Amino acid sequence: MSFDRRWVFLSLAIVCVGTYLWDFSVPITISEEARSIYDEVAALKEGDMIYMSVDYDPNALAELHPTTYALAELCFRKKVKVIFGTLSNLGQGMVDQVLHDISDSLRDTATYNGVFYEGREIVNGVDYVFLGYKPYPAMVIQAMGLDFRVPFPTDYYGTPIDSIPIMQGTKNFDQCKLVVDMAAGNVAEMWITYGHGNYGVPLALAVTGVMGADMYPYLRSGQIFGLAAGLLGAAQLEKLCDNPGRAMDGMRIQLFAHILIILFIIMGNIGFLATRKLNKLK
Amino acid sequence: MMVFVFGFAMIIQYFIPHQASEWVNAFLMDWMMIIGVFALALGIWSLIKVSWDKIKYKKPNWEYAIVTLAGLFLMIFFGFDYFRHFSTPIGSDNYMYVHFYRHIVIPIQSTMFSLLAFFIASAAYRAFRARSLLATLLLIAALVIMLRFNPLLGPIQPIMEKFSVWLLNVPNLAAKRAIVIGVGLGMVATALKVILGIERAYLGKD
Repeated sequence: MSFDRRWVFLSLAIVCVGTYLWDFSVPITISEEARSIYDEVAALKEGDMIYMSVDYDPNALAELHPTTYALAELCFRKKVKVIFGTLSNLGQGMVDQVLHDISDSLRDTATYNGVFYEGREIVNGVDYVFLGYKPYPAMVIQAMGLDFRVPFPTDYYGTPIDSIPIMQGTKNFDQCKLVVDMAAGNVAEMWITYGHGNYGVPLALAVTGVMGADMYPYLRSGQIFGLAAGLLGAAQLEKLCDNPGRAMDGMRIQLFAHILIILFIIMGNIGFLATRKLNKLK
Repeated sequence: MMVFVFGFAMIIQYFIPHQASEWVNAFLMDWMMIIGVFALALGIWSLIKVSWDKIKYKKPNWEYAIVTLAGLFLMIFFGFDYFRHFSTPIGSDNYMYVHFYRHIVIPIQSTMFSLLAFFIASAAYRAFRARSLLATLLLIAALVIMLRFNPLLGPIQPIMEKFSVWLLNVPNLAAKRAIVIGVGLGMVATALKVILGIERAYLGKD
């Protein structure tokens, strides 16, 4: 059974636009691997430091940006210091956008998971530092493990690292409680090999949906302690952080898109089996 | 000869936990990053040459090459803060640079990736057919993974979730682990061949 694939495209477009315009929420089930990321970040104390590596381009924005927003806002609310870096050449704009949007959001008081947070300003150099981008991810990860100053003598804005307050006494990953890598390519595996493998830094990954299944060997061997895959992973983190955003909104669209694809698969199989039976009878 | 010397030197360096060894490592990494930046210059020159040839000889779709070059030079112009600052990253805050990035680059890249959703839907409709036992298993696995957290399944959802956890943590993990180990061994073999000069394809020779 075959029909013009443009009907598939049209049906999917109608379902996606329809579920986008019709505002309703869907329950989100939390997986053990996403909860691990939340539990470790939520257990951080004021003054602790983490490294967040934003290693994706705008093409993975829909799946990974919500994770970055949710985790970065949680860290800033808890007054955890964050070192941002990127190993993707268009990731700089992604980090810039996150910092700009989160600065606005943090000015409002908010209650997340029953905890009240006062509105505050985050200050570059005191609450966070953005190191910027350098090529050759494997080299940069290894160099940062020695000293952040090796690949990044200045931050993204041109300020010498040694003059930045948050970097006083911060040499390398030894001063970071954990690393969270948001990646859309093979940079995730470079973090596992060079970041965790060489320096033993606790590592969590947020990857695109298609990469999620590939990361389970590393999760089960303990090389990463948490995994958030795709839009579902981002929605799970938003729910755990009690900070609904674009990922939880996107889940209703993804849910019905999946149902439509499954219906097409069932239709295709019914037609295939019917055709096969007809041919056998002939 | 250089590949042999540096290759073995870096292998030995990895196992020497002395500060001098770390200094050598950091020094060579700096050089790697400097050399890597030259690839940027090569890429820009290549793009300009290809686009210019297209415009000059009016090859098919030469009009798009004008847009390509215009986009390239505009972003360079804005990125250097209207050619006022070349040695500081102040251009990253330039209004037009940020505006172009947020309202052109981000939507265009996101759209290109979003098109994949439609092609995947069409491919899934055509590919997931129960032609044989293995194809049927693939079909069932795909359906289970797609439906594992679907709240509309009601009482079946926890069963789907448990089955999907088993699928991801047993057969998927086993297969992926075998692939990773195989790839890793292949990389070690290739690296040794390059260091020992057996593999010289990177030099452009047969």
